[in-house]
Amino acid sequence: MARAKSDTASNGLPRERLLEFLGEMLVIRRFEEQVEERFRAGELAGFLHVCIGQEAVAVGVCRALGDGDVMGSTHRAHGHMLANGTPPREMMAELYGKVEGCSRGYGGSMHLYDVKRGAMGANAVVGGGLPLAVGAALAFQLRRESRVSLAFFGDGATNIGTFHESMNLAQLWRLPVVFVCENNRWSESTPQSQHQPISDLTHRAEAFGMQALHVDGQDVEAVHLAARDALAYARGGQGPVFLLCETERLTGHYVGDAQAYRDKEELRRLRETRDPIRLLRERIEASEQEWKRLDARSRQVADEAVAFAKAGADPRPEAALENVYTEG
Amino acid sequence: MAELTYVQAISQALVEELRRDERVFVIGQDVGMFGGAFKVTKGLQEEFGEWRVIDAPLSEVAIVGGAIGAALVGLRPIAEIQFADFVSIAWDQLTTVAAKQHYRAGTPVPLVVRLPSGGGFSGGPFHSQSPESSFAHVPGLKIACPATPADAKGLLVSALADPNPVLYFEHKHLYRRIKGEVPDGRFAVPFGKARIHREGSDATVVTWGAMVHTAAEAAEIVAADGISAEILDLRTLAPWDREAVLGSVAKTSKLLVLHEDVRTGGFGAEIAATVAEEAFESLDAPITRIAAPDTPVPFSPPLERRFIPQVEDVARGLRELAAY
Ligand SMILES: Cc1ncc(C[n+]2csc(CCOP(=O)(O)OP(=O)(O)O)c2C)c(N)n1
Ligand SMILES: [Mg+2]
Repeated sequence: MARAKSDTASNGLPRERLLEFLGEMLVIRRFEEQVEERFRAGELAGFLHVCIGQEAVAVGVCRALGDGDVMGSTHRAHGHMLANGTPPREMMAELYGKVEGCSRGYGGSMHLYDVKRGAMGANAVVGGGLPLAVGAALAFQLRRESRVSLAFFGDGATNIGTFHESMNLAQLWRLPVVFVCENNRWSESTPQSQHQPISDLTHRAEAFGMQALHVDGQDVEAVHLAARDALAYARGGQGPVFLLCETERLTGHYVGDAQAYRDKEELRRLRETRDPIRLLRERIEASEQEWKRLDARSRQVADEAVAFAKAGADPRPEAALENVYTEG
Repeated sequence: MAELTYVQAISQALVEELRRDERVFVIGQDVGMFGGAFKVTKGLQEEFGEWRVIDAPLSEVAIVGGAIGAALVGLRPIAEIQFADFVSIAWDQLTTVAAKQHYRAGTPVPLVVRLPSGGGFSGGPFHSQSPESSFAHVPGLKIACPATPADAKGLLVSALADPNPVLYFEHKHLYRRIKGEVPDGRFAVPFGKARIHREGSDATVVTWGAMVHTAAEAAEIVAADGISAEILDLRTLAPWDREAVLGSVAKTSKLLVLHEDVRTGGFGAEIAATVAEEAFESLDAPITRIAAPDTPVPFSPPLERRFIPQVEDVARGLRELAAY
């Protein structure tokens, strides 16, 4: 698959930076593994969607965001939030429904917020975050601020009206938005071939006359360079960019999904050949020592997040009645 | 008679109706091989094929609007919305197009939309709502909210036979929690006829959906204190059985209205207002309303418990009413 169509891909990132990315992707992976385990142990309530297999998109994109940029996420938000800087312990505390959680226990996995860090919210109504990204970009443009608004969404989301309406407006008004499509070729149990008539989703951008970049979402470097370009383009006032990342969902749609609809052999093969962490580790030839260090640190971060969450405070029941309106 | 869970009763009705009537088809996200988010349609696609159990893209407006169009030309679509919360996306198609179609054009819309609703397992603010009251405000729509397996089947049969658009709210928390006797074969539970879930003489509880079971537990508790509560399960909100409510209130003189949807503008307000208008003389106590508070549905278990009316809340309400 082509790297970013732009030529920056040739100016690769320094190894050190890639090693950093490897560490960040590993933190997400270990965090998600803990989520799966803690759910199976009966400690977590609700519906949980982990992003195992999609860590390179989260890290590659979020690490390209500048100060003041904002980001909107989806039901599969853990990776985006972590990569954007929300501390793992605040995230885990939210999944445990504790007041220390980033949404103070009101939201849970599908409703993670961290507005002060530019995370406008995981919007678990699919497609719900896209118009918000357009509106934020409109505000930036009206105020002549050099900020960009970015929205993550999946292939499934490109079938809903808000996607098309948002793309149209953003291009019409040349707004500083980056639309990041994580194409894992699944919408819950429905494969892409059964939910949309095209497989190359850049056509959806072309329909609006929008710039599109198309990258291998398992290659964190390619993702990062393309995201950097896309953000620069949008920030430069040239209009929105559609950044298509071909990625893999290496787990079920939600934690507990037995995936009876999926070819197990194919999944096993994908885990071996398309795991973004494995791919990066091999590509930069991380030494045994480097790997062990990163792995140990990521496990420590994830374990610590769980310990923090478990020690957290349950919300007072009466807090259910607060915060519907603001006084301020 | 067979003992079925609530979810089995819904599935059985779907299978039997798909077999009986070629015009019936099911459309929704992941309803095919996956069997739907809650496995209500499991096995259906194997039997009826991809064009009668249709996996649709993530496109609520097209699913609901498309079903309306198919109904207009003579089919009997059953659209599934994965979580009732997402029906707001198709609000316009339902309330503007379907609800007003017969009034403005004289054409029937024999549509059923299945809506898994309600909370109780930390779905959070976008996956736990009970939006039936919002739709009860729209003339032209019918609304069913079954509480038992038998009603789940019988009301779905009626919904499909009805030439009007029907929103069928199935409570997610009842799917596998509730079992009950379901008559064999095809039978219809008529719309607009309440069911006495428990007979009593001291106070009437009017409710529907999962709250019927909450009320039943509360009634059991207060029975130990000698309070006899009558539980009336409305079964459908549009139309709703005013006579049954007024009749029961005439008998008990006290009314408690209970629902999981939020309090303000909830359907309980309509019931309370009707009883105040038409049966004021029969009342021996002010009407009690127990409903969720006027907030979104929170995620964290202690918060969600505070949100959803609990057995203790209803028991307390009944004691206060009895003591009045
Ligand atoms: C409007 C709406 N419809 C349906 C759902 C249920 N649902 C949640 S995620 C999902 C699939 C989304 O697929 P995609 O956008 O590709 O994201 P992915 O899960 O692959 O990350 C569905 C159908 C929802 N949350 N919101
Ligand atoms: Mg997808």
